[in-house]
Amino acid sequence: MALDDMYKEVILDHYKNPRNKHDLPEAELSCTRNNPLCGDEITVFVHEDGDTIALVAFMGAGCSISQSSASMMTEAVSGKKIDQAKALAAEFRGMMAGEVEPDEDGLGDLVALKGVVKYPIRIKCAVLAWDVLQEALDSAGTASGSAPHSV
Amino acid sequence: MTGHIGGLDVEKIRKDFPILARTVGDRPMIYLDSAATSQKPQQVIDAESDFYAHHNANAHRGLYMLGEEATELFEGARGKLARFFGAPGPETIVFTRGVTESLNLVSQGWGRKFLHEGDEILITEMEHHSNIVPWQMTAAVTGATLRYIPLTDDGQLDLSDLGSLLTERTKILSVTGMSNALGTITPLKQLVESAHAVDAIVSVDAAQLAPHHRIDVQELDVDLLGFSGHKMLGPTASGGLYGKAEVLDAMDPMLGGGEMIHEVFHDHSTFKPIPYKFEGGTMPIAQEVGLGAAVDYLDALGMEAVRAHEEEITRYALDRLIDAGATVFGPKDASIRGGAVSFWYKDVHPHDLATILNEEGVAIRAGHHCAQLVMRRFDTPATARASFYIYNTKEEVDVLVESLAKAEAIFI
Repeated sequence: MALDDMYKEVILDHYKNPRNKHDLPEAELSCTRNNPLCGDEITVFVHEDGDTIALVAFMGAGCSISQSSASMMTEAVSGKKIDQAKALAAEFRGMMAGEVEPDEDGLGDLVALKGVVKYPIRIKCAVLAWDVLQEALDSAGTASGSAPHSV
Repeated sequence: MTGHIGGLDVEKIRKDFPILARTVGDRPMIYLDSAATSQKPQQVIDAESDFYAHHNANAHRGLYMLGEEATELFEGARGKLARFFGAPGPETIVFTRGVTESLNLVSQGWGRKFLHEGDEILITEMEHHSNIVPWQMTAAVTGATLRYIPLTDDGQLDLSDLGSLLTERTKILSVTGMSNALGTITPLKQLVESAHAVDAIVSVDAAQLAPHHRIDVQELDVDLLGFSGHKMLGPTASGGLYGKAEVLDAMDPMLGGGEMIHEVFHDHSTFKPIPYKFEGGTMPIAQEVGLGAAVDYLDALGMEAVRAHEEEITRYALDRLIDAGATVFGPKDASIRGGAVSFWYKDVHPHDLATILNEEGVAIRAGHHCAQLVMRRFDTPATARASFYIYNTKEEVDVLVESLAKAEAIFI
């Protein structure tokens, strides 16, 4: 059934037992964003070691798709070079836009989110954490990450 | 058994709404999002279609047969709306694209003209963003201060401190008649009396109230009241603003342009009398004609029967949802609330719930409902919301409640 494509076991596992979901005091980079559609909010923290993501964590509240995507993302980018993480973000966005056939070697568990493509309004939920990560990484070199937009 | 609910023959009504025959996969579609927009009866679809097929021309312009017919139909709709809302005359009904435009017209046309530093605008924490943001914008321009009536834990207006909020500094009270996020019906009569006692005028957001309740603007003595046609069986982009003639007379237009002017000179222009000075540009003529057919439809049902149906199906839904373990926001007493029921089902996020219910054919809203102050007051990012209108049945409520178990099976 269609719904099972979206709510795969791996997604529910990350939703119920999120990885790396905690504050990260040593983070140099952080960013908070919300999904204006539903009010879900995610903060991503990154602790760099040179050009490598040494530690990554997230906090926030939201639906199973946004939370599991954030959890899987932290596993996928942890220990990666910043350039590699940005490339992975681009690949993930490509998969969610239906433009890129996902590569399981790179994306790992994240491939499970492919089923969300069939529910266009939920794609934003899946991509939220990645947008926040991207902004946190892009803010490197500025004072202390970026502040949320005021609406 | 569908049959009668409140004073309505729902089975008969459903036959007028072609869209209700749709299915989702192999299941009947159950539309529980009428607080976002209502479905349209064939009578309204026909009225709009008939306008385009037989009478289409610009209103108030053409000196020919079609122009006269279009004008007559358009002004006929204005007359119907004036009667529907108990207004003293058609000139007190300004056509707008809906409540958002109506409230922007009030906040700009009245607020920017009459508000100054030291003045206060009083609204409430249960307002839709369209009754908050325009006032923030006007406060920023005029230097007036925006204040809020807080909410009680059961989602009603907390009027215990009204005396210190509504003072001689208050120039306008702008308040919803019924909350789109909590369902709460506000005590308009009492609020109008309190506001008038300090010489403040009252503007009402009737987007949710007008589809379900008889409103008599003269009996309520409100100064301004906006309504959205698309939530009361009418086409999108139909709606309007009722205003007391002296209040509308004093207001500035928001849109300058064609059809709203009397004379144009190099350095200034003079405006037409109300309501035309507010209707710059070509109006959504066919849509307002469709709205005229919508109020004919509601009048034929009788607004007392429409409200009785709402109250009965809301009471049924509240009982069943609470029994099933849902947490309902807003009043639990159907006699003081409308049919927009916000809830959480156990720990299932509203977005997940809406996706799962869709598989069962059930359309509900999930999100903040353009009422983030309400969400913050009740410490939740979002709620699921089921909302009911004249075509909804108790059997549909049953499917909603039974479908919650599917969500539970996946998530809990």
